[in-house]
Amino acid sequence: MQPFDATLTTPQDAYEDKRLADIHPQAWVNPKAADSYPLIIVGAGSAGVAAAELAIRLGVRVAMIERHLIGGTCLNTGCVPSKALIRTSRLYAEMRDAARYGAKAPDNIEVDFAAVMDRVRRIRSHLSGGSSVRRLAALGVDMFFGNVRFTGPDTLTVNDQTLRFDKAMVATGTRPHVPTIPGLREAGFMTNANVFNLTELPKRLLVIGGGPVGCELAQAFRHLGSNVTIVQDKPLFLEREERDAAQLLSDAFARDGLEVRLNTQVVGVRVEKGSKVVDLISADYRSTIEVDAILTGVGRVPNVQGLDLEAAGIKYDADNGIAVDDFLCTSNPRIYAAGDICLEEQYTDTAAASARIVVHNALLRGKKRLSKLVIPWCTYTDPEISHVGMYVREANRKGIPIKTFTVPMHQIHRAVTDSEEVGFVKIHIRDGTDTILGATIVARHAGEMINEITLAMVAGIGLRTLAEVIHAYPTQAEAIREAAKAYVRSRVTTRLRARLQRWLARRSSAPPA
Amino acid sequence: MTQLTKLTDEALLDQLQRAAFGYFLEAVNPLNGLVADTSRENAPVSIAVVGFALSSYPVAVERGWMERSDAVQRTLAALRFFRDSDQSGSPTATGFMGFYYHFLDMHSGTRVWQSELSMIDTALLIAGVLAAAMYFSGDAPEEVELRELADFLYLRVDWQWAQGDGGTIKQGWKPESGFLHYGWEGYSEAIVLYVLALGSPTHPIRGDCYAAWTATYQWENLYDHDYLYAGPLFVHQFSHAWIDLRGIRDSFMREKSSDYFDNSRNAVYIQRRYTQLNPQEFVGYDENCWGLSAGDGPNDEQPDVFNEKRRLFGYAARGVPYGPDDGTLSPPAVLASLPFAPELVLEAMRNMLLRYPQMLTEGRLTGGFNATVGASDDQPWVSAGHYGLDQGIVVLMIENHRSQFIWQLMSGCRYISDGLQGAGFEGGWLPPRSSGEAN
Repeated sequence: MQPFDATLTTPQDAYEDKRLADIHPQAWVNPKAADSYPLIIVGAGSAGVAAAELAIRLGVRVAMIERHLIGGTCLNTGCVPSKALIRTSRLYAEMRDAARYGAKAPDNIEVDFAAVMDRVRRIRSHLSGGSSVRRLAALGVDMFFGNVRFTGPDTLTVNDQTLRFDKAMVATGTRPHVPTIPGLREAGFMTNANVFNLTELPKRLLVIGGGPVGCELAQAFRHLGSNVTIVQDKPLFLEREERDAAQLLSDAFARDGLEVRLNTQVVGVRVEKGSKVVDLISADYRSTIEVDAILTGVGRVPNVQGLDLEAAGIKYDADNGIAVDDFLCTSNPRIYAAGDICLEEQYTDTAAASARIVVHNALLRGKKRLSKLVIPWCTYTDPEISHVGMYVREANRKGIPIKTFTVPMHQIHRAVTDSEEVGFVKIHIRDGTDTILGATIVARHAGEMINEITLAMVAGIGLRTLAEVIHAYPTQAEAIREAAKAYVRSRVTTRLRARLQRWLARRSSAPPA
Repeated sequence: MTQLTKLTDEALLDQLQRAAFGYFLEAVNPLNGLVADTSRENAPVSIAVVGFALSSYPVAVERGWMERSDAVQRTLAALRFFRDSDQSGSPTATGFMGFYYHFLDMHSGTRVWQSELSMIDTALLIAGVLAAAMYFSGDAPEEVELRELADFLYLRVDWQWAQGDGGTIKQGWKPESGFLHYGWEGYSEAIVLYVLALGSPTHPIRGDCYAAWTATYQWENLYDHDYLYAGPLFVHQFSHAWIDLRGIRDSFMREKSSDYFDNSRNAVYIQRRYTQLNPQEFVGYDENCWGLSAGDGPNDEQPDVFNEKRRLFGYAARGVPYGPDDGTLSPPAVLASLPFAPELVLEAMRNMLLRYPQMLTEGRLTGGFNATVGASDDQPWVSAGHYGLDQGIVVLMIENHRSQFIWQLMSGCRYISDGLQGAGFEGGWLPPRSSGEAN
């Protein structure tokens, strides 16, 4: 059985023709394999493409094999289509909320959902050019489509061809995890893999899972006019983020009119009179809701099956993917892994960065470490929630003294002039120093803002220096400098107070003149 | 009203305190000593409110508002009720493992609203039970019985069980579904809970449990104040009703060179700054009109209304600076900060009473008002009736400000000082630990 509603297929239009021509042309004939490749890349997602580009630049002959579509999750069923969808949904939300900006709301706001999705597919198709098979072939990559099976420590087959390698990188990514809920498969449901195929807006949508995917899509569909219920089995959304961030998101959802069910589990689904009837349970409270569509966003599972990884001596686990060391090497010293298949941090850019580490380590005998990467991420809800580095609870657990400088966005002029004052910048430092350990930003444009802090962390810039960096006024990123200035003010006071106390102590202990 | 604000500070506080205490006289069921959650019709008992009532009787006796014998009778009625209550943990019992369901029937004292067995509310009840035992120290047989009952009830609580298999104490338990699947995260009003759980001679929690909780703290610099963050004011108040946290420090506060009392003062500064900035431009907010905390509010829940411009929350824990904030302020939460920042609290209280005299009904502070909601007809929305928790914290915090009476009473309680030391508190009024004692 398909892991989702298989009837929901991508509309076959000019955009789709172009996308497939770019990233998996029907007529593609696999090249004749070389005797042996210095590097074979299994999986042409973000990691695969990044590794191929770098290896080619280094003058290395590369074969890359893709089972499905070049570009992987990000381009086809992840970041690219979801961000395109979110842009339109925000526009509709702003139209309805026009009075907040002193504008007159249009009288009759009608969502043309087909047009929304048309744009999503157009943009996805447009961007697929960057990953096109022609471009990769032109670079010099031997591009194969087909199923890979490892046949030994340095061999694999693609369909019926055998390929030999000196080094290989496995980057086959993940796919949506499908929760085991009685009746769910029978009733039909969507995941990120097929939700972007929709051409009609579901009137009533249930989103299962309050992680990044669930939160982003739940809010987007709400803004587009669906009646959305989001069910999360934890007490807050975005379990990983700090609770204030998650709390602000809960409030935003409530404001949007999203039906929020926290601490709630879906226990069963059935179809009655064309509707999907869903049973929910929260502690001891049972309830039932009726919806037209169900979207699950409850984690990912690694694509480790069907590769015969055992034949190559690669250790893996069905839940956590391929086991790698800090140099991204698997249990077979010839074979490395990169991207979501082996990483806890499953983000496009991290996948690409890990792939570049693999190329250095595999081909240049480098010793680059995964753990040295500073990895920012962002959940593109409204407000956005971005994070880099350490969390407070993590520092506390490790016994690192940590202090947070917080600037609410309502103190920042540009946030106020733009009526975007919900949120904050929190920068965590090692207490007693100005060293940045991490940061969380909740703001309309938190994703853009986190980059400055990531830069500071990578470059070893502390709050004292950040405080001296004049930011263009008025911009929302000034919140970062304001946090740094608060740090400087707090140090001045402490130092001055200490000096004054020393002076007073000397004076009182001095013999009377 | 203008007369009230013309009173001296002492007279004003006396009047507000006595009016707050009056709640317990009106809301009690004299047969079982239980006290209603609110003054509204058919309100059930809140066990935490009973804890506040039990702590308030000694105050009333000291102030001459109640006969000692009357106070003993009321206290005994409640203690005997809890001793004899159904502890089977069945869905219609009163409690389990020494804990009690959050809300009980006024007459039968059995569980209502399918409420949870509440760890924090049981702790607030037990704090009141122990306060009564500390005060009624006489030799009369009834006072002796009262003390024995108090000991029995405290020693019966199985705090260890309430940890489940996790690091921190669970927030609740239901017979239908077991423990609520989350514990305490971040600074909260739970110090008193942890102290009581650590001080128990019979069922103490493990010492690392407190450290597991404080590991979730966030030390923040906000509006140029360093403080241990918690959004709603009540978090900065409830434990302080019983425990004198001035100058005593756990390892977290030692590292930060602060203490929980100073921290609660900083929470006042932060409230003042937030309402002065008034990010959502609510009516009335300024540095002398604040009080975002847990409390009643105007509710406008209309699930099918799309894209509501403002959302009102009903009873909710409002907080700064991250909200929720719907323009509703809690006057009792302002007054309950009195010990930490008396000059700022009195200034705000006088200002708020003058501008919004509607917040005082029957001489008592209501649980919330919202001047933005009523802005059109110039009458703020005002919460109907009174909440027991509001009245209780007002009685105790005014008393601690005036005489430090409850703090002194409880500093003599061995369970409390043992619990504080178990949590790693040192200094101040705490007796130095003898070198043989290991924790």
